[in-house]
Amino acid sequence: MSRDRTVPILVAALAAAAALGPLLPDWMLFLLTIALSKGLVILGLVLCLRAGLVSFGQALYFCIGGYAGGALGRFWHVSDVLLVMLAGMTAAGLAALALGFLMAKYRGIFFGLLSLALSMILYGLLVKTEAFGSTDGFNVLPFTLFGIRPAEAWVRYVLLVVVCTVVAVAAIAVNRFLATPLGQLAPAIKDNEIRVEYMGASARYAIHVNYVVAGALAGLGGAFVAAAVGHIDPEMAYWTTSGEFIFVTILGGTGSVIAPFLGAIMFYAVQSFAFDLSPNTWQMVLGTALLLVIVFLPNGLWSVFTRRQRA
Amino acid sequence: MDQLVAVTADGVIYSAWLFLAAVGLTLIYGVMKIVNVTHGSIYALGAYAAASLTGALLARGMAPALSYLVLAGSAVLVGLVVGPLIERGLLRFMYAKDEVVIMLITYALFLIFEDLIKLVWGTDPYFIAEPYGLLGSIHLGRLIYPTYNLILIGIALATAAGLPLVLARTRVGKLLVTVIHDPEISRAMGINVGRFYLVTFTLGSMLAAIGGAFTAPTISVVPGIGVEVIVLSFAVVVIGGLGSLSGAALGALIVGLVRSATIHYAPQFELFVIYSVMALVLTFRPRGLFSAAEARKI
Amino acid sequence: MATILEARDLDKRFGAVVAARRISAAIEQESVVGLIGTNGAGKTTFLNLITGYLKPDLGSIHYAGRNVTALAPRAITRLGICRSFQIPQLYNSLTVFENVSIGLGVVLRNAGRGGFFQRGVPKVPGYDASAADVADHLLERFGLTRYRDRAAQALPGGLRKLLDIALTMIAKPKVLLLDEPTSGVSVEEKFGIMEIVMSAVRAERATVLFVEHDMEVVSRFAERVLAFYDGAIIADGPPAAALAAPEVQKYVVGGELRRMDENRARPPHA
Repeated sequence: MSRDRTVPILVAALAAAAALGPLLPDWMLFLLTIALSKGLVILGLVLCLRAGLVSFGQALYFCIGGYAGGALGRFWHVSDVLLVMLAGMTAAGLAALALGFLMAKYRGIFFGLLSLALSMILYGLLVKTEAFGSTDGFNVLPFTLFGIRPAEAWVRYVLLVVVCTVVAVAAIAVNRFLATPLGQLAPAIKDNEIRVEYMGASARYAIHVNYVVAGALAGLGGAFVAAAVGHIDPEMAYWTTSGEFIFVTILGGTGSVIAPFLGAIMFYAVQSFAFDLSPNTWQMVLGTALLLVIVFLPNGLWSVFTRRQRA
Repeated sequence: MDQLVAVTADGVIYSAWLFLAAVGLTLIYGVMKIVNVTHGSIYALGAYAAASLTGALLARGMAPALSYLVLAGSAVLVGLVVGPLIERGLLRFMYAKDEVVIMLITYALFLIFEDLIKLVWGTDPYFIAEPYGLLGSIHLGRLIYPTYNLILIGIALATAAGLPLVLARTRVGKLLVTVIHDPEISRAMGINVGRFYLVTFTLGSMLAAIGGAFTAPTISVVPGIGVEVIVLSFAVVVIGGLGSLSGAALGALIVGLVRSATIHYAPQFELFVIYSVMALVLTFRPRGLFSAAEARKI
Repeated sequence: MATILEARDLDKRFGAVVAARRISAAIEQESVVGLIGTNGAGKTTFLNLITGYLKPDLGSIHYAGRNVTALAPRAITRLGICRSFQIPQLYNSLTVFENVSIGLGVVLRNAGRGGFFQRGVPKVPGYDASAADVADHLLERFGLTRYRDRAAQALPGGLRKLLDIALTMIAKPKVLLLDEPTSGVSVEEKFGIMEIVMSAVRAERATVLFVEHDMEVVSRFAERVLAFYDGAIIADGPPAAALAAPEVQKYVVGGELRRMDENRARPPHA
């Protein structure tokens, strides 16, 4: 991912979605909101994947984000969506900062398995925590924006506009990060850590930074999904949720800042159609799609749009 | 005192189940360096095949005592069919890819199998309680346990003792050890590494299916039983050391006893404890408590 | 000239293997030192110890008067000691241009430039131009311009070595450590590579230590030779003297073997 000329395209598309929003049916607004929110999680995963690290437990931060936002409403009766989102992002980011000291030491399968273990620890804790509703979880407070609760007909639209704005800001920020020397270290770390060290840079530091950004993005996504769905439960931390995130990451590819969001929209659109069509075969469809992408399009769907050749 | 006996007995029984569930995973990783997520599906397939076949035969008047053979037989059959299908049909074309990518491929297969199982067997639960109840129960002090659990423990012990023996004493076993250490040099020496991979994957599949088949009488067999097994098997295998058979046994024992103790004394920490041990081991001894020694290559 | 780099009584053992046996050496500023010795004599271990990749069991390393023994490789690099590798350490899936750019990016970062809030295009310290311009300039200096957009793994062997050395020199090091700079390189290219390196070194007034098996390269470019054997330094002096020393002849050069071209000069059936 080098300096991306596609980010302005993304921002334009988001603006268009926000503008057209009032014309779109509720289910589509909901789908877009969920897809874009989860796209934030995927964006974080892409940052780590560039450095060669696959997290099998990103659901950890997604869940922290959702529960932090939800707790804000449940215990302190704060329902402002901006505060909720900030809480989710900060809680997850701080967790990633702390855990990053440990995680940044690992590579390959061990990084993956440790992240999995950590997410399952949270799952195990939440399932038995009565204050959070145990396995049932709890409903989050209906959100408000600047103190106002939107009219029922406008709820989905308002949330989508908020999400679109945040996604635009996040995409621009990440793109900017990727243009800095620190942001460009990830593919170098993936290829040859020894050379990175001998050039005078700390691979662990670079990985830690990427990890914290990824965690914060996942928390942000979790807070938004919680607000959109209106409910949170420990399933948000379960390994199958992490699996879903990895799936979409592979699907979209790492070629661009837009790829996570395109991949997410395609995935969740297909998933909801496939599920409606045949609830007992959608996993098979998804599994086959994943196989096909891995085998034939190892750089993800995004590679279909780019014609960059390497000699 | 009773509680101590209960904790130990429950722990050992659960350990036996964990070992059977996880041993196939560690075998496949040890030889092929693949983290096989499909393991959970094959476990489920074993359970479904055993449940449906045993149930059908019992309905046709088979002597209940034979149900144990049917359980074992259906598991072996599942392994013999599914193992080669996956390895020859897909995996062998993917060995050049990164280990994480191969793991994702097995994850994709897992998704596919989850639905295939639903298509073939439907979503209603299967029950075969006969093998479970047939053997009656035994008394441990004031506690009563179904004798069936002894079978579980017996099979686990047989596998735990038998596999290393096979590796150490038979010609095939010794060749397998060289393949484990260095596939490239093994090929150069004329060993048909591809065939060993096929055999290993098939054997690992059979073991997974056996785990599922012998668990079937103790549960209601429903879609999704493979899901939890995957991540629990990971925990066991990681704790003992990826690729180590004795490690899997030790890991199973540790997880089983710790879980049992937690359930009895601090039930709110049950799930948390297992994955915490996994995380601790990964933090301090990533290669596991009993990892297979890696020879220095350079 | 002042001593810029000094090793004092370095000792390093791996079990029964003695990789460094009380090694002491004082390197003068701007000198060119050749390190020779058979495989396993301890030359690469010496480089690994200096650059912090290995920690000595005993002894210390001093750079510009400062004790740097405990520092990690990246800290040593930041101080101005850079090292190339026997097997080229490149970013294989990235292009030649990208390989160099990343190195320049690290130089920028270490100078506190190029952060998230940087306005405009930062200038690389030591070059006073943007990273992209410096990268192209460096590629030209090393004759790699026509491979600019080729993936590093697709480069032919000698050019991989050259790129590895180029990456080592990006940060304008004050001390350059080259591990077998001409190994795996064809005879025609060997001297060419060394000429490029030495001209850059002279321009920057840097100090060079290079490990070499080719005695012609050593004789041609080194002012001083350190000969290693079994973890110890067995000779230390100007090339002619060091190469002629009896121990060096016996353990390193192989005095009894004739040079190949001497044998060829005699007709086969005289």
